[in-house]
Amino acid sequence: MIMFGHFVLLLALFGGAMTVEVLRPRGVPLSKRQFYEENKPFTCLDGTRTIPFDRINDDYCDCPDGSDEPGTAACPNGNFHCTNAGFRPGFIPSSRVNDGICDCCDTTDEYNSGADCQNTCRELGRKEKEELQKIAEIAKEGFMLKKQLIQEAKQGLEEKKSKLGDVQNSKKDLEANVEALRTVKETAEKPEKEAKERHLKAWEEQKAAIRMEKDKARTAEVFLELDDDSDGFVSVAELQSHPELDPDSDGSFTEAEAQGLLGGVDQVDTVAFETVWNNIKEKYVSESNADVPPPGETPQEETQDTTSDNDSENYPDEDIPEEEDNDDEEDDEDDDMDDGDYKAPPTMRTDEKKDEDDEGPMPPYDQETQALIDAAQKARDEFNEAEKSLREVEDQIRNLEKEISFDFGPSSEFAYLYSQCYELTTSEYVYRLCPFNKVSQKPKFGGSETSLGMWGKWAGPEDNIYSVMKYEHGTGCWQGPNRSTTVKLTCGKETIVTSTSEPSRCEYLMEFTSPAICQDPSSIDSGHPDHEEL
Amino acid sequence: MATFTERMGPVLLFWLGLCLSGTWAVDKGNFKTCDQSAFCKRQRAITPGESPYRALLETMELTNTKLTLQLINDNNKVRLLLELYRLQGNITRVKINELKPLKPRYEVPDVLIREPPTEPLSLLSQDENGVVLSLGAESQRVIVSARPFRLDIVEGRDVLMSLNSRGLLGFEHLRMRKDTFSYKVTSTVASVWDNIKRVFSSQADPEADNKEATDPPSQVETTKEEEEKVEDGMWEETFKSHTDSKPNGPSAVSLDFSLPGVEHVYGIPEHADTLKLKTTDSGDPYRLYNLDVFQYELYNPMALYGSVPVMLAHNAQRTTGIFWLNAAETWVDISSNTAGKTVFGKMLDYVQGSSETPQTDVRWISESGIIDVFLMLGPTPREVFSQYASLTGTQAFPPLASLGYHQCRWNYNDQEDVRAVDAGFDEHDIPYDFIWLDIEHTDGKRYFTWDPHKFASPKEMLQGLMDKKRKMVAIVDPHIKVDTNYKIHNEIRSRGFYIKNKDGADYEGWCWPGSAGYPDFTRPDMRAWWAGQFAYDQYEGSMENLYTWNDMNEPSVFNGPEVTMHKDALHGSWEHRDVHNLYGFYVQMATAQGLIERSGGVERPFVLTRAFFAGSQRLGAVWTGDNAAEWDHLKISIPMCLSLGLVGISFCGADVGGFFKSPSSELLVRWYQTGAYQPFFRAHAHLDTPRREPWLFGPENTALIREAVRQRYTFLPYWYQLFYHAYQTGEPVMRPLWVEYPQDPATFALDDEFLLGRDLLVHPVTEEGARGVTAYLPGKDEVWFDIHTFQKHNGVQNLYIPVTMSSIPVFQRGGSIIPRKLRVRRSSACMEDDPYTLYVALDNRRTAEGELYIDDGHTFNFEKREFILRKFSFTNNVLSSVNLEPDAQFTTKSWVERIIILGASKPSKITLRTSDDQENQLEFDFDASMSVLTIRKPGMNVGADWTVTLQ
Repeated sequence: MIMFGHFVLLLALFGGAMTVEVLRPRGVPLSKRQFYEENKPFTCLDGTRTIPFDRINDDYCDCPDGSDEPGTAACPNGNFHCTNAGFRPGFIPSSRVNDGICDCCDTTDEYNSGADCQNTCRELGRKEKEELQKIAEIAKEGFMLKKQLIQEAKQGLEEKKSKLGDVQNSKKDLEANVEALRTVKETAEKPEKEAKERHLKAWEEQKAAIRMEKDKARTAEVFLELDDDSDGFVSVAELQSHPELDPDSDGSFTEAEAQGLLGGVDQVDTVAFETVWNNIKEKYVSESNADVPPPGETPQEETQDTTSDNDSENYPDEDIPEEEDNDDEEDDEDDDMDDGDYKAPPTMRTDEKKDEDDEGPMPPYDQETQALIDAAQKARDEFNEAEKSLREVEDQIRNLEKEISFDFGPSSEFAYLYSQCYELTTSEYVYRLCPFNKVSQKPKFGGSETSLGMWGKWAGPEDNIYSVMKYEHGTGCWQGPNRSTTVKLTCGKETIVTSTSEPSRCEYLMEFTSPAICQDPSSIDSGHPDHEEL
Repeated sequence: MATFTERMGPVLLFWLGLCLSGTWAVDKGNFKTCDQSAFCKRQRAITPGESPYRALLETMELTNTKLTLQLINDNNKVRLLLELYRLQGNITRVKINELKPLKPRYEVPDVLIREPPTEPLSLLSQDENGVVLSLGAESQRVIVSARPFRLDIVEGRDVLMSLNSRGLLGFEHLRMRKDTFSYKVTSTVASVWDNIKRVFSSQADPEADNKEATDPPSQVETTKEEEEKVEDGMWEETFKSHTDSKPNGPSAVSLDFSLPGVEHVYGIPEHADTLKLKTTDSGDPYRLYNLDVFQYELYNPMALYGSVPVMLAHNAQRTTGIFWLNAAETWVDISSNTAGKTVFGKMLDYVQGSSETPQTDVRWISESGIIDVFLMLGPTPREVFSQYASLTGTQAFPPLASLGYHQCRWNYNDQEDVRAVDAGFDEHDIPYDFIWLDIEHTDGKRYFTWDPHKFASPKEMLQGLMDKKRKMVAIVDPHIKVDTNYKIHNEIRSRGFYIKNKDGADYEGWCWPGSAGYPDFTRPDMRAWWAGQFAYDQYEGSMENLYTWNDMNEPSVFNGPEVTMHKDALHGSWEHRDVHNLYGFYVQMATAQGLIERSGGVERPFVLTRAFFAGSQRLGAVWTGDNAAEWDHLKISIPMCLSLGLVGISFCGADVGGFFKSPSSELLVRWYQTGAYQPFFRAHAHLDTPRREPWLFGPENTALIREAVRQRYTFLPYWYQLFYHAYQTGEPVMRPLWVEYPQDPATFALDDEFLLGRDLLVHPVTEEGARGVTAYLPGKDEVWFDIHTFQKHNGVQNLYIPVTMSSIPVFQRGGSIIPRKLRVRRSSACMEDDPYTLYVALDNRRTAEGELYIDDGHTFNFEKREFILRKFSFTNNVLSSVNLEPDAQFTTKSWVERIIILGASKPSKITLRTSDDQENQLEFDFDASMSVLTIRKPGMNVGADWTVTLQ
């Protein structure tokens, strides 16, 4: 078995001028040297037992706390101290001593493993110094910017507060205005309604008269058609020539049935026929139609088109949705207008005409009615306008109140991020961070945007809560949670998203630099290595 | 990865279709029941009774190596050829094929390590009812009964096993299709021609009629056969939207085995079920058909990813095994005459002197191929393992590092992620050896490639791991993206290596990359080409610390029947139906070969596979597939790995933490504690689960996980020695208690605890909120030492052990010596030269012994006898180390830093004597309360001869 030297001679620079030799067991930091007195019994640092001095670093674990073997891997819980002259000293678990892997930059952990380690402390120290300088510079400039931001935020806040006062005042005026206009509107709408109803009623009556006329003409026409022998009477036999009139539709139109239709008599004259007509109107097929010519001939189609009663049923089905579409478009266009038909009855669109009976369009409103309608509409418009303004002002107040009460950091230094958005483009996606609002992701080459979360809260550690933002409740993941994003803020001169990643499924991580997170350089350690050794 | 949804759109949709049809549990409707599998339904419809098969004794031929005999089915006159072999090592092989099949039937190649050597059979007696043959020197005989045909294997007066004793032998002979036009023409012409021939032959050859009686299959018989009825599903079968064209018609084989005196049967993995197999009378048979089962359900006989058609039967007197060598879809029915009986019922039988002996009856049904069955006659469990190993080989001896801890996740996102996780292990001081990359590391699921953005410089990444003496595994699945810009695809296609569909075009299925081809791994030339792809100059970005994982090799075909390949796909002249269960075996074989070849045959490979077959133990490790983060899944990992171990596959593990869903921290910790004592120790997680590296659950849980992983590493020397032993003997590393205590019926159904080798008994905590566990400590002369407290417990007892979250109940057997390495490093490679602590646990006779195996940990040089095998023994207060293999050569820097003797008494003096006759007094410490003697720093090299004497 191999015994290792218990002690190492360490050369250290002291105060930059004096050189001293410090002798102590391998792996023991200077601060604990006093516990390892040469050739005196050693008491484990946890006090559990005392062992002869030659058992320190003898590659056998005697102390439960591992304090007897800092320089070997014998104890599972030992700590090895690397001096790392030229860089930062540090501890590694003793289990990494002589495991063939270079851990300490001064190579002291691999003194017996054959690992080919190079002393990289100076190089590391130089790099770290440069790095720290860079960070310090950034912090310095960043902090200047931050002070500016704080100033601006302060100003902005005051402006917003005074604006809020103004807007709150104007809201009161607007409310009064809305109420006044509502009264005007209601007053104007009453006579309008009455006049419109009058007009409509007159038109209905007129329509009924026209319809009656037409029915009479039709009765006469049919009578002539039925009266085959032109004797002025429609007889049972003549009626029977129209099998479609068979009341029970059993295929045989008997005399008795025909007689029944004629009201129990053998024949009827024109006057009596009026009653009969009412009973057979639904079923009757005009004789001119019964003689159907081959389909496809234009004249026939025209005839059919002009045939009145059946027309509405003959509408091609596909017209209906089209009409609805047209209506929708119309609605969209009309959105700004009001619901009332204040104009003269709307001009019928061609395809709607078919719906109308032969009575023709409603005649325009008379001048007096139209005047009432116009007046009411004007009142409505003015009322709506006023209400809209009030709503806008209310929104404004809400937004202002929200912004004023928002937690923008201890000195509102993050306020400048409000209502801004920052983007980062990766090979596949464009990521968009809108602080205090939302995070989203959009494929670079087409595709819809995915929400990676809405503003949730500040979520940094207790002592630095403003270093992390959390966005939650984004688009749900298949079989997974809703997407969420953690935004880590670091000090930087510029405000930019520097990276994004998805460390766990649907949990995104964004790195974000901002001067607002920069700390006062004078308050932080300038980054000089901890010179415990010297 | 948000990209998952976008990129995997089509696949996802398909998965949605597959998976969203139900809850978390498997959608059983996606998989066939026996009733939905036409051949299973047909064969299962045959009920016990008199077999139509008759042995034609006059056709018997007995040569030095085998007996052959024709069987005839009296219903259809089809003749079968029975071959019976006596194999070396107490194995009887029974082969049954059609005497003259219409075309050859598939016989499984490559699974047996060689043509098994035979022993002579001798005829003891013969009459018109049958023959009796002697099975070698023992008093074993095989009795062949003629009418009906049956085989009985008898030892002394005991029947060990009977074949076709229930008359369930079924052999669907190949036939011409008769319900089609072409058949009718052929058969008509044939029968006319038959008649003509008959007329002429009877004129020309007066003996023709005579001849017909013995010359099979004569035309008369064929004609009769043609009258058999055609059933649904014989020539075509549809399941869900998939139609199986079955151009060869019915071809199933089945046979029953009776096991008198047996109440416990085991094996036939892979099923998520108890260790002791259940009877199947009231449900489906156990199914063996390699399938990618999404979110599998526990405690049922459904098929899973792998199949090993080997069943072990055990009672207090004897262990036997049945190895049914058939790679087609297979169903196994088990029934028992005692299964339905309660304990009271059994007692009543006993009291009343019921003469009925317990018996288990088994029936195997396969869709095609032949009957080729190996009856392994034990009589001890060890002998059955060795018999099976003599047929299919032993466990591959894995690289030492692969016995360490593996950190896996679907997926580590990029190189930075890998670096950060690697650093996390150092920061939290948890050892690990392998970090794994799942499918997302590839360039668009093109295996052998790297994502150009996320893994732009794989060698840099691998070098970073190598600098820490750690390794990586990257996934290589067998489905190959159909993409003419993908070299692997182009080469496979141009070489004609793809499996073909029934029409002869390259088979295409849907898998991770979208449309994919499936290389025909049954072809040796394909496997050789595939192996070549692992060469360092072929597999870009690979290095010697990159190993391989074969997933989806059932094969998984998202849009195929039962999520696998169409059975009428073609592997050359064979149908996929014939070879299905072999596919994954061949994939792993070709991959392992590739890893061997890339190092010029020097380095041992490590390949993990999900699908497997008999013989897969020779190729690497398996895991139990896509389990879930549920307590029951933790529990089932024990019987699942025990069942695999019994049939040779020792290197088994379950995804620690559970693949699907997210474990509670308690479950995760318990799973680490269990996994640390199971052979393959890997944490894995689904893409959609939150991250779960060991340090993400608070410092307390991190500490618990660290401790579990560290315990694993301290036992690495023992694990390594167990695997060496498994490699040598085929004995399972993780084994059921009954293997070591075969006469103790209390152990026969235990599957909540297990043994590692002979010497460690593990009863992991697998209950949520457990306050204690009850461990059965076997062996009436045994003592067991708690490895943590050194408390001694006597066997036999049910020991209640109170537990806290840090408890992992593990016991070392008195009488054993276990070498451990207590210095826990970052990875196993860092521990190479570390010293050993010997744990000497004394038995009641104050003796103990154990072994230690050491080699370089990763090459095949041990085959050149470059290793150390020591035997430690403690008797008469002397602990000594002797060389078990004096002609083997290896040197180690490792020394003995500590000897801990459990159950010791206090000595006055301890002396070390080394081989150069030097004597040294050793210091020691004695803990009287636990009787633990700790000898401080004896310091001798572990490879040397020495003695330590206690006075």
